Amino acid sequence: MACKSCKQFPVYATQNHEHLCKNHFSRYFERKVFKTITKYKMIEKADKIAVALSGGKDSSVLLYLLNKFREQYQGFELSAVLIDEGIPSYREITRKDAVKFCRQLGIPLKIISFRQETGKRLSQLVKNKHNPCATCGVLRRYFLNKGARELHATKIATGHNADDEAQSIWMNSIKGNLEFSAKLGPVTGMIVHEKFVKRIKPLYFMLEKEVLIYSKVQNLPVTFVECPNTRLSFRNEIGRILNELEAKYPGTKQSILNSFLEILPALKSHFREGSKHLGTCKLCGEPAVKEFCRACGLIKKVKQ
Amino acid sequence: MKSTITLTIERTKKKIRIALPAGSTIKDAISKAGVNPVEVVPAVNNEIVTESYKIRNNDKIELLSVVSGG
Repeated sequence: MACKSCKQFPVYATQNHEHLCKNHFSRYFERKVFKTITKYKMIEKADKIAVALSGGKDSSVLLYLLNKFREQYQGFELSAVLIDEGIPSYREITRKDAVKFCRQLGIPLKIISFRQETGKRLSQLVKNKHNPCATCGVLRRYFLNKGARELHATKIATGHNADDEAQSIWMNSIKGNLEFSAKLGPVTGMIVHEKFVKRIKPLYFMLEKEVLIYSKVQNLPVTFVECPNTRLSFRNEIGRILNELEAKYPGTKQSILNSFLEILPALKSHFREGSKHLGTCKLCGEPAVKEFCRACGLIKKVKQ
Repeated sequence: MKSTITLTIERTKKKIRIALPAGSTIKDAISKAGVNPVEVVPAVNNEIVTESYKIRNNDKIELLSVVSGG
């Protein structure tokens, strides 16, 4: 089998069994991402985009492509924010990669560490050792929003791909958290608060496998390490089941996204109407549903 | 005639040895090894290949893990 366009050695086969070489795969990948950005009006010229950068493959590919998109089409501003939870044998590796990559691209990087902000690493902040991902998620989102605002960002771009989104849709359905699903989609915009920075997901329709191949083909400085906590997560379990289904019925993840996007407008309007007024945290001034935001609540509990 | 080939899982460095008939593809190897093809990207001699690649003698085959977290 050779590339369908140029007969070169293929690196990827699409679901329609079309084989693509390095160049044609890169072109296919970039076009699909740029089309998503344009279709969902993710970026405007006046935007200041902060990429949530972990140093892993997804966010590194995202940063690389947004930089390319900026050079080719529009002149928006680009920066990156990295949240360092202090996970040993993991974050220090990806942090180094992120610093190197930002330097290489000439993009400003802001690093926020749990230790600096709270005086503790993730492991010291987690009460339930069997589920560190929940605590980590709350704090990461909190510091990401804060960090992006400090960079005067108008939007945060995250490296969520089709696999992540399909997993989230399923997780929310299984746990009965439909309101959380209303916050999903290529552009999240349910929360209205002057301090909340809107999120965009340019890799929304790209499979995780495609992202990995693109990062390899482009030779991006990414060390492939896995967060040691990943194996403990519910997301990991759902991911495995979805991968089994995808192997048996190719196109499963894409179908989940497509069906979800059909009902998303209805979900958004249903939950927007019934949503509680978003207030401000009495401790830190960040968006909060209750008296204190979830991050301050967590930190307070640990310090007690 | 069957020959023995070794698949290396890149991240864990775990080696899986399997016997396959001549002319087998990466798809055959992944299937025989009991690995989900959705969760790996095959590389032969450090170059990414598709599952239709026909395995040759002395090929160094690695499976790159797709699934990551963080």
